[in-house]
Amino acid sequence: MSELIKLHNVSLKAAEMVEEGRVHKALYSDPDIFEQELDRVFNNTWVFIGHESEVPEAGSYKTAWVGRQPVILSRDRKMNLHVLQNRCRHRGATVCEGRKGKTKSFTCPYHGWGYALDGELRALPKPEEYDGVIDKSELPLMRLRHESYRGMVFATFREDIQPLEDFLGGAKKWIDLFMKQGGGYPVKVLGEHRFNFPGNWKIQLENTTDAYHFPIIHKSFVSSLDDATADIFDFLNGDGFVEDLGNGHSVMVMIPELVDLEADLEQPIPARFSELAAALREEGRSEEEVKRLVRAAHGTGFNLNLFPNVSCSMAFFRVLRPVSVSETEIQHVALGGEGAPVAFNRKRMRLHEHFQGPMGFGTPDDGEAWERVQKGSLAGTDGWILVNRGMGRLRQSADGNVAGAVCSETGMRGAYRQYKKMMAAAEE
Amino acid sequence: MKTNTELLSKVAGFIWYEADLLDHKEYQHWLQLWSADGLYIVPTDINETDYLNTLNLALDDADMRRMRVARLESGESVSADAAGNTVRMVSRIRLLEAGEELVIARCAMTLNELRHGRLITYPADVEYQLRPVGDGFLIERKVIRLLHAEGFLRTVSFIF
Ligand code: FES
Ligand SMILES: [Fe+2]
Repeated sequence: MSELIKLHNVSLKAAEMVEEGRVHKALYSDPDIFEQELDRVFNNTWVFIGHESEVPEAGSYKTAWVGRQPVILSRDRKMNLHVLQNRCRHRGATVCEGRKGKTKSFTCPYHGWGYALDGELRALPKPEEYDGVIDKSELPLMRLRHESYRGMVFATFREDIQPLEDFLGGAKKWIDLFMKQGGGYPVKVLGEHRFNFPGNWKIQLENTTDAYHFPIIHKSFVSSLDDATADIFDFLNGDGFVEDLGNGHSVMVMIPELVDLEADLEQPIPARFSELAAALREEGRSEEEVKRLVRAAHGTGFNLNLFPNVSCSMAFFRVLRPVSVSETEIQHVALGGEGAPVAFNRKRMRLHEHFQGPMGFGTPDDGEAWERVQKGSLAGTDGWILVNRGMGRLRQSADGNVAGAVCSETGMRGAYRQYKKMMAAAEE
Repeated sequence: MKTNTELLSKVAGFIWYEADLLDHKEYQHWLQLWSADGLYIVPTDINETDYLNTLNLALDDADMRRMRVARLESGESVSADAAGNTVRMVSRIRLLEAGEELVIARCAMTLNELRHGRLITYPADVEYQLRPVGDGFLIERKVIRLLHAEGFLRTVSFIF
């Protein structure tokens, strides 16, 4: 495709609206660009759709999306995972409307075609009318290619792109670190918050690698913490950093002491975890396990951003879904430990409720800011969004990547570089 | 069906009083309606009853209620400062239990919020556990089951 995008003052292709250090504001509000993004980005790469713990047993399923397309993540009797398009092969109704649950099969409500957990079309009413017309084996629910890393399931419409692990590349090391917050137990999804905001998905994409905003917009959250915890969140002058991991991924380390949750287990137990420690001791947990669980309960000290739709954000997954050019849905997925002590998982959920979700002490203020970015993007006929913070002070990380200060916009630039590459590829 | 009209009207009076305090952002008075170990709960799943072991939109004990109010009143929260007014209608009040120690009432609520010029509506089923004290009640538990709890909500900078 090579036609120009019509703007009042500028006439640029989406890819040309991304420069190193700034992006054009039309990327937030042009509906044609949004349609191209679904095609060139979301239907064209690995998209996070869930965690394996959300479909723990044979017959478990959850519904999800790849961009705007509804899909089902299911586990069959042999415990294999499948990602299926949620569209009956007869006349196209969705075959599953539940958020998650257990089922023996997916039966289309319209005319009753029944599909197995692996998508195979098993049975349909009055089949004789199809004699010599269709072959059931050719009409399964359409399957998507999917691969997992450390329990995180990604799907793609592309059969020919690189394996997931190659795509994750330098991010894998950080996913490994992130999964230590089970406290010695496998990480498990405990529940999720869902909310939407009237703004473009890229505003959310930027936010998870934006430490600069934290002490400003989240002041009321920080004020609700005890002094020691508030100190931990006062990270802009610390040794944190943002590292560009390639392929649009980046990591923002806010609290370097909490990068490796299995290290430094000898630290004293912070006041806000004293009740948790007491509850664990009462259950007869060893002092060593108490320390390990308390440290894990904190969550990690970093946000790992995986392009285009998920962030491993300190203690939870933040998943975005583009709905329209000016509407985005977000899931804040709470994590704990499979088989971990009850007190540990409870504490994790209470901490999640404190900041996350539509009623947390943090999210509503983010939402307010994002809504204003969207609104502001309509002012003027031409204008640019700056993502150049820290560009003059870049350095090389220990892993040989480009890195900047914790409050630099290094991660946003990485994401937009990948965005530009994907948006340009089809414009050649 | 026998209705305890006197108790019902007392409970209704209390619930309406609470609703009025919240719509008029008289949060400090609202805090005083609670028993010390009372819980304010907004579940993510309206069929869930094991609140401590599941993720809620809010599960506030006395500390969290105090902090939630402090946040809304602090002037430090841009969303709280931008919050418009709310008007809530409470009706269909039914007594589920009318004990000496505990009164349980269930009602329907529709909360309307005007946010940045847009009207947002939150229908909910609300359950109160009230402890009779002197002439009035203290709230032991308030569970707000939002009709839309499982869907994608807008962010909330007020108290249901
Ligand atoms: S549309 Fe599914 S059976 Fe007809
Ligand atoms: Fe934020």
